[in-house]
This record gives sequence, structure tokens and C-alpha cells, in this order.
Amino acid sequence: MAEARNTYKSGADENGHFGLFGGRYVAETLMPLILEVERAYNACRDDPKFAAALKHLNTHYAGRPSALYLAERLTAHLGGAKIYFKRDELNHTGSHKINNCLGQILVAMRMGKKRIIAETGAGQHGVATATVCARFGLQCVIYMGAKDIERQKPNVFRMRLLGAEVRPVDKGTATLKDAMNEALRDWVANVRDTYYLIGTAAGPHPYPTMVRDFQSVIGDEVRVQLKDAEGRLPDSLVAAVGGGSNAIGLFHPFLDDAEVKMYGVEAAGHGISTGEHAASITGGSPGVLHGNRTYLLQDEGGQIKDAHSISAGLDYPGIGPEHAWLHFQGRVNYVSATDKEALDAFQLCSKLEGILPALEPSHALAYVMRTAPKLPQNHLMVMNMCGRGDKDVFTVAEALGAKL
Amino acid sequence: MTKTAPKVVANTDNAGDRIAARFALLKKKKRPGLVTFVTANDPTPEVFREILEGLPSVGADLIEIGIPFSDPMADGPSIQLSSQRSLKHKTKVADVLASVKAFRETEIDTPIILMGYYNPIYHYGVQEFAEAAAAAGVDGVIVVDLPPEESAELTVHLAANNMHMIFLTAPTSSDQRLPTILKSASGFVYYVAITGITGTASADEAAVKDAVTRLKRHTDLPIVVGFGIKTPEQARAISAHCDAAVVGSAIVDIIAKGIGKDGAVDRQLSVKVLEFVKSLATGVHGAWP
Repeated sequence: MAEARNTYKSGADENGHFGLFGGRYVAETLMPLILEVERAYNACRDDPKFAAALKHLNTHYAGRPSALYLAERLTAHLGGAKIYFKRDELNHTGSHKINNCLGQILVAMRMGKKRIIAETGAGQHGVATATVCARFGLQCVIYMGAKDIERQKPNVFRMRLLGAEVRPVDKGTATLKDAMNEALRDWVANVRDTYYLIGTAAGPHPYPTMVRDFQSVIGDEVRVQLKDAEGRLPDSLVAAVGGGSNAIGLFHPFLDDAEVKMYGVEAAGHGISTGEHAASITGGSPGVLHGNRTYLLQDEGGQIKDAHSISAGLDYPGIGPEHAWLHFQGRVNYVSATDKEALDAFQLCSKLEGILPALEPSHALAYVMRTAPKLPQNHLMVMNMCGRGDKDVFTVAEALGAKL
Repeated sequence: MTKTAPKVVANTDNAGDRIAARFALLKKKKRPGLVTFVTANDPTPEVFREILEGLPSVGADLIEIGIPFSDPMADGPSIQLSSQRSLKHKTKVADVLASVKAFRETEIDTPIILMGYYNPIYHYGVQEFAEAAAAAGVDGVIVVDLPPEESAELTVHLAANNMHMIFLTAPTSSDQRLPTILKSASGFVYYVAITGITGTASADEAAVKDAVTRLKRHTDLPIVVGFGIKTPEQARAISAHCDAAVVGSAIVDIIAKGIGKDGAVDRQLSVKVLEFVKSLATGVHGAWP
């Protein structure tokens, strides 16, 4: 079927495709389960009681809506566009990850699953998953690369305090992609009682759609909040993109508003030309991994390459399939920021606004710093502050050569 | 099973079809077959070729060659490590096809099936892959992470080049699910005997017997059972209930043991591997009463 030209919001199709991208590329053992997750999610989506339960948790447990904040000193410093932060770092557990975990845990319980598994890179999704499992009394196993466990010790301890079992993955490159492989292996072996709570808008259908829907609360709130503050739509939206869940959550409600420009900021690591980066669209090509077709970092033989970013949350060699499609369609602009630019943005924001941003949104902020000065003062720019930087103080200290 | 679902009928014209010819021969000999799995270029391109060339004479009836992948999500530790050893030699799809071509110079009857994950094939180009694989003498392809819903873009080219797309079925494949898989299946049907990854749990004989009986209600294609078969005794027990049994991780484990701490490969490694395959064949070939 031809792409519908009058909307960017019709995807995914019934087989989970966003144009060329997405789909369900999993072993046959998992197919019946993936189809069951899809049926369960569709039933939830059509059920007003589900929506009410999720809204209640979002309000009373996660603390939504998160604020939309005019960053006055940053705006004055940059001297151009008027900059708003969507404060998703103020959510319970410190990032946007809780939005998705609360939604999926309700789906998992509706399916009668008692055991939850998840992968985590920086540990934010692991902490959010362990949190909702504690809240609902479910068994929780988190797979985490051995290298990431070493660089994110506080989050590992947080997960254990929340009652989760953290299993180190020393296979492959011992990072996020290997943690995801290991979670899939666990799921294949435990299909009957286990639910895989994927943390980003990627993986086999229905995950990219489901995660997007649960994260779209971000953009839905921005639409209302900016209307209240300014009486109109934003001129541009900016968000960091690893797998891309916070970005799709901000962008999706605005996709059909042609006047709203969108910028997804990938992690350029040491620079795209060095090959040491995590920018799947800017520096990758289409391929199939972890259940979906999307842009990937891969070598000339189709083997997956290691990603590099100072931000563990962006350190993944792929991107959600809807982003791949939005890039292909030209609806969203995918740009990048280096480790160094992100570190500069981290420091500037801390000093000017009294907000320590996580290293992930620091990439988005780097793009804001680069472009806002060139824009007129009536340009409304909304950046998703999707996580707080407390978890990153050790990494930042090391990068700046400071002793703690 | 829905009574109206059409049974998949195997192609009875075996001309140019090594897989069909091989199962016809096994039927004539009244015995099940042994399918062996090794990853291409594991542990080295040279030793792999010695193993590959030796397999038909020690009783491998069909040969699966693994295309290595950096992220083998359905495989256990044995085959993961084997993939990594292969990738140390920078093994590409073209190298795998070259080794099949070399094999075909001396052996024309034993079917070769390539098994792997979709990305290396997709990256090579599906049409180019199908043409090059057929030219090299490949008979069938198993792509672990390519379910029937996503497979059309590859199967159309495999069919055009007279190759089989072989699909996996699993303990989780319900009677409602099976027709979706089997309508695209050709060559044979691979039954994954355990709910899990390769080389971990042991296949349960009684469960396999029931599963094969169920599959036979849906298809006339040969049923080949793999995952969780490690010893000659297990291979014999499982193959008693199906058309052929696959052994992979147990063979790959012998390769792993033949590599010293310094990375040097045991000079007798291919001999040891082939001796083990011979013991598997002895078990399997006597399995039918």
C-alpha cells in the first residue's frame, strides 16, 4: 500500500512496518509470544480502564505532568530562540524511562506474567523496571553488560536495593547490545512465565509502537503547556536519540503539524569521521538486528560494530525503526553532537540554570547551543530534558580530570 | 488442526534437488539421517575445510554450515564462541560461499544448507546472495531471525534459483501457527526440540515424538529435529522419531577443546571431529527398527 500522504502518524502497519523499517525479525520460538504481546497491547489500548489506571500511576506515582520550563538565563546567554525545557528528569526515578515501564508493567500483568526481564545500558531503564516490579511485587531480572556494570555502579546498587537480580553479560562486547541479546535468550528459554520489558522504541513489533505510545505523554503535555504559556505551537523540537524513546515521545504528537521542525540528536562520540560514535543514521546503514530493520552501525560484512558515546544511554549501534522511517521521509532532521560538545553543554546548563542534565539530553542541549543563537527571538524551541545528571557525575568528573 | 488447512506436499520430482534426493535415498535405505552443523572457518579456514571435506565419508547425510554473526541471539555459548572464532578470520558471506564451491568440486550429492542470521545476508544483497549461493552449490538456507512474515523478499530469490527456504518450528508453534510457517516451507521442516537456545537443555524424546506426529499432520515434508542433541545415544533416540537429527553444539565443543591457551590448533582436530561425527552416524543410522 502507498504511504498515506496526509499523516505521519499512521504507522506501524499491521505487520509492524514503518515503510521499509520495523517488522518482527525474531526466532520462531518467540513469534507466538510476540503476537500475544501485540494482542494484549491492542486490548489495553482499546480499554478505558487501562488508560485510567495508567493515568493514575503517572499522576500519583511518577509525578506527571512534568513541568515545561522557560530556560531564561540560557535563552539570554545564547541570545536567539526562546528555549523551553520539558522537565522529564523530574519524574520518579529521574528520567522518562518510567513512562514506558508503568505502561508495559500493566500490559505484562494483564497477560498474567510473573517474571519480568529487561536490558539496560546506563542503568536508567533497569532502575525504572526494577522500580515498577517492586511496586507490583513481580520478580525482576536485569541484564547489563559487564563493562556497563563497572561504569554505572550506583545504578547497579539501586536496582539491587529495589529487589532486582542484576545479571552481568560478559559476552560479545559486554555492553547494551549484548545485554539485549542475552535478554532475548532468556526470553526464548522462559516464554511461558516471562515478559520482556524493552526499554526503548526498538525491537520487534509491537514494541516500537507500544513504547512510543507510552512516551507520547511527553509531547501531548508539551502541546497543552506551550499553548498555555505562549498560545501557540513550538517552532522546533530537539531531543537526544539513542534508541529514540524520549525523542519519539516528544515528536510523535506533532508529526502532522508541518510548521514544527524536529531535530533528533545522535551521539557523535569522538566524531563521526573517527568511526568511534553511536550515530546510526548519520554514520550507519539499513540492516536487521534485535527484531527490527533499521539503521545500524555495521562493517562491510554486515557484522554489528561497537558504538561509542560518553553517554551510556546512547551507546547502542541501532535506532528505533520509526526514526529510521522519519529520516527516510525527511520529516525529522537527524544531527549529531560529540562527547566534548555534550560535556560543554552539561557544564553550561549546570551553571546557568541550576539543572544537572544527564549526558543523554546534554547532546540535545549541545545542538540547542549550536543553533539557538542563529534564530530569531520569537522562535520557540522545546528541548526534552529527559534525564537528570546525578548518575553521570563520576563520568563527567573523569572526563574533566577532577578527583572526587 | 483446522481440517481444511491444506497439507504441504513435498515435490516428488527430485531432478536437480539434492535435498529431496537425499531424503528419498534415506527412505529407500530405511534409516534416518544425520545432519551436522559447523560454523564456517571455525577454528581456522584450513581446519574447517578439512572437516567439511571429511563429513560425507563419516556419515553426515546433510551438512549445515553456519554463517557467523556478531550477535547470535538464538544461540547458546558454544555456537556464540564458534561465531567469534570464525569472525577473527574476518569471515564474510563470500568466504562461506567460496568454501561451498570448493567442497562441490569433489562432492556433488550431499546437500549443503547455510544457517545464520539475516543481517549478513541482507547486507550482501538478497538477490546477489541467492544467485551466488546457487552458483556455489548451496541447496537450502535457514535464517534464524527471519520468520515467514518477513521472508518473502528472500524466498522469492531463493525460489528463482531453485534453493529451499527452510523454516524452523518450535514447541511454541501452535496448530493455528503451523500453517503460516508451512505454507512457505520447502526442503524440510526443522523442529526446534527445546524451548531455548542451542546447546543448552536436552531434547525430550517423548515430547519430540508427539511434536513430530503433530507436524506430520500438517506436512509431507521431511521433519528434521535439532537443538539439545549432544551424544550418539541422544541422536539415536531422537532420530528414531523423525527423518533426521541435527547435532551442532556438541561438534563445535570438540573444536573449542582443540584450541590451546596460546591459540594454537590441535593438529589432530579435524580427525577428532570426524571420529565424533562417525559415532553420531553409527547411532543415528541404526535408529529405525
